[in-house]
Amino acid sequence: MKIKKNVAISESGFIFNPTTGDSFSTNPIGLEIIRMLKDEKGKDDIRKAILSKYNADESTFEKDYYDFVMMLQNNQVGDEGE
Amino acid sequence: MKPKITVAVSGLNNIDSPGPGIPVIRALKESKDFDVNIIGLSYETLEPGLYMHDLVNKSYQIPLPSAGVDSLMERLSYINNQENVDVVIPNFDAELANFMKLEQRLKTELGISMFLPTQEQFDERHKANLYEFGQKHGVSVPYSKMMFSTNEISAIATEFSYPMVVKGKFYEAYIAYNPEQVANYFNKLSAKWGLPIIIQEYVFGSEVNVTALGDGKGNAISAVPMRKLFITDKGKAWAGISLDDDELVNIAKNVISSSKWRGGMELEFIKTAENKYYLLEINPRFPAWVYLAAGCGHNQPEALVKLALGKSVEPFGDYEIGKMFIRYSYDMIVDLKEFEQISTIGEL
Repeated sequence: MKIKKNVAISESGFIFNPTTGDSFSTNPIGLEIIRMLKDEKGKDDIRKAILSKYNADESTFEKDYYDFVMMLQNNQVGDEGE
Repeated sequence: MKPKITVAVSGLNNIDSPGPGIPVIRALKESKDFDVNIIGLSYETLEPGLYMHDLVNKSYQIPLPSAGVDSLMERLSYINNQENVDVVIPNFDAELANFMKLEQRLKTELGISMFLPTQEQFDERHKANLYEFGQKHGVSVPYSKMMFSTNEISAIATEFSYPMVVKGKFYEAYIAYNPEQVANYFNKLSAKWGLPIIIQEYVFGSEVNVTALGDGKGNAISAVPMRKLFITDKGKAWAGISLDDDELVNIAKNVISSSKWRGGMELEFIKTAENKYYLLEINPRFPAWVYLAAGCGHNQPEALVKLALGKSVEPFGDYEIGKMFIRYSYDMIVDLKEFEQISTIGEL
């Protein structure tokens, strides 16, 4: 999944989608993931980065990553067709 | 030194369902090219703008639209004798027809300029004609039909499914879920705004609006889209944010280009979950949130005044995205003397 180019992400984890006018807040780990997505990093790279930094197992990462990505898609933050 | 011009503005009802007058005045006051002497035109003695002396230099009551064009002409002639008005910006839908009829006379007899849509543009974007307008100008509009009597409700139900939108001729709209509600809203709206009532297909989605200015030659001088973030019980935006939505801006520009729209306008859309846009309404004047456009770098009222004065205006470039407006209410303390003055002599 890619993040729309015009989506603004602040240092504090505030996300603004200028196409819809919606804004969201995410926690620091969410911010890390969304930044990696914006840098067009794939899921494998993100998994490696998160698992090496935080004390989490693969299945927990899979579940949380899936939930997070679904949330981004539902809020139209993801680029269509990606 | 900037030249000083006198602009008369109506729509001073800065209330919970606000008129565009005060936002238009605030935008004009920020003009880089001219200073303004603002003359307020009011219908009611409790329009808050009458008492906002930092924004409105002098105010005059004008006759209600139902009094006709001759009464309006007479009153404007009197006001012009006192104030030497350069430009008038009428901001109410219900008064526009009279001002449009007077546009030439005001110019030739009093030297007052306006920049209004033509009668044809005004008529074809009317709620009752909007479906045909959409077909003509290539924009999706929910199917709608005029209704003149509650006897038509059973026939209407065969063409529309519930819920459906019941709209007044000039203002207000309600969502009806059954025939009883349609009849109730029909009576309420027809008593207030007259006939016809418009029944419109209900489209589910988020409401996005565009404030725009057309130069009458097919050019969109500006089109700024906004999404309402907080909506009052009257459906009015109490907070909103400017959007980065090229498709929406292009639809607005196409409407202006195709219709050769002249003047300010507001286009109201519903954006569905499938990202399809349906045009719900065109208001033939600036919306009450037009000051957001000025805040985004597109001072549409200033550009309208320049067009009215015959100056050429180039289309604006980019506007600021993610700029918000948030309204607030504010209690002014007013001396009874002022209320007495506007109530008795019609001037303040």
